[in-house]
Parts: sequence; structure tokens; C-alpha cells
Amino acid sequence: MAREIDREQVRRFMEQHAQIVDVLPAKEYSEEHLPGAINLPLRRIEVEASQVLDATRPIIVYCADSA
Amino acid sequence: MPTEGTLAQRPRLVDVVRRDVPTCTLGERLSDVRDRASAAGWDACVVISQDRVVLGLLRAKELHADPDLLVERAMRPGPSTYRPNVTIEEMRRTMTERNLDSSPVTTSDGKLVGLVRKQDVGIV
Repeated sequence: MAREIDREQVRRFMEQHAQIVDVLPAKEYSEEHLPGAINLPLRRIEVEASQVLDATRPIIVYCADSA
Repeated sequence: MPTEGTLAQRPRLVDVVRRDVPTCTLGERLSDVRDRASAAGWDACVVISQDRVVLGLLRAKELHADPDLLVERAMRPGPSTYRPNVTIEEMRRTMTERNLDSSPVTTSDGKLVGLVRKQDVGIV
């Protein structure tokens, strides 16, 4: 189930090796992304998420507006 | 939060936004809001809804209007808002062109992150 989290929670999940997904286009991802983030642009996410993500581990999804 | 990438070092609003900006709601009296903002060292206040969506802005001019006015009558409704990922360079250009002293920074669904003032982006 999806829920919104703040940056402190992001840090904690990152320490626990959560999977981080950046949904921006590849160009913007290459310019800037969180360390270790996987690039899975929105238009590909439905098809590819199940192939590249481990559903048993926490997944953090973010876009450009994350504050 | 640290980032990686070819432009990772470029400073953005998220790095300078003032998250401690005072907030108020539509039904408050202007005098109460002004006193609260002033005590916190501010001459601006962001008007927000219960779920922190930005509804308006009180800059110095509005804060010093008739103290008996309600916020909803005194505020500038629907101010332009900016996203945290906007670069400081872009924001400096925008604030200069539009002669803005301060602007709310929000998430894409309109929730307040904080306020950026012209001095925060290097405008003197």
C-alpha cells in the first residue's frame, strides 16, 4: 500500500536498503537523482516494475517535486 | 539530502527555502496574525488550509492593513508558487523579472513547503 513519507523517513528506509525509484525521464535522472535510485520513468513503470523491483522489500518512489 | 548526477551540485530552492515561515488560516484576525509573525521576526505569513494547501499570502503591505480585517479579506489570493526542485538561478531570474519579494514553495499538490525570499536567492 502506498503512503507519503518525509525526508527523515526516506533516510531511515535508505539505511534499511529500501529500493528507490526515480520516475523522471532518463535525461533528468542522469542530471540528478538520489544515491542508488533506479530510473523507472512513469510511462514504463507499470510494465517494468514487477521485473526490476523486489516486492518483498520497501520501495520509495519519488519525482521532481519531492521536498 | 545528497544526490548524484551531472547537475547534482546545482543549488535548488529545497536547499534555501525557509520552512519556518509563519502560517495562518482564513478566519483569523489580521492583528493576531501580524503580532505572531512579528514576534517570530517575519513580515510575511502564508495562508493555508487545514491540509496545508496554500490559499494566499500576506506580505508586509497586507499585514499592515486594517487590523480588524479577517485574513481572507486582506490576503493576496492564489499567489504563484514554485516547486522545490527549481534552481536558485532560475528563481533569482523569475523574482527579478516579476519584482517579487517572496514566494511560497509548494509540492505539486499545493502543500506548503516554505517561503523563499529574494535574499535567499541572492538578490540584494
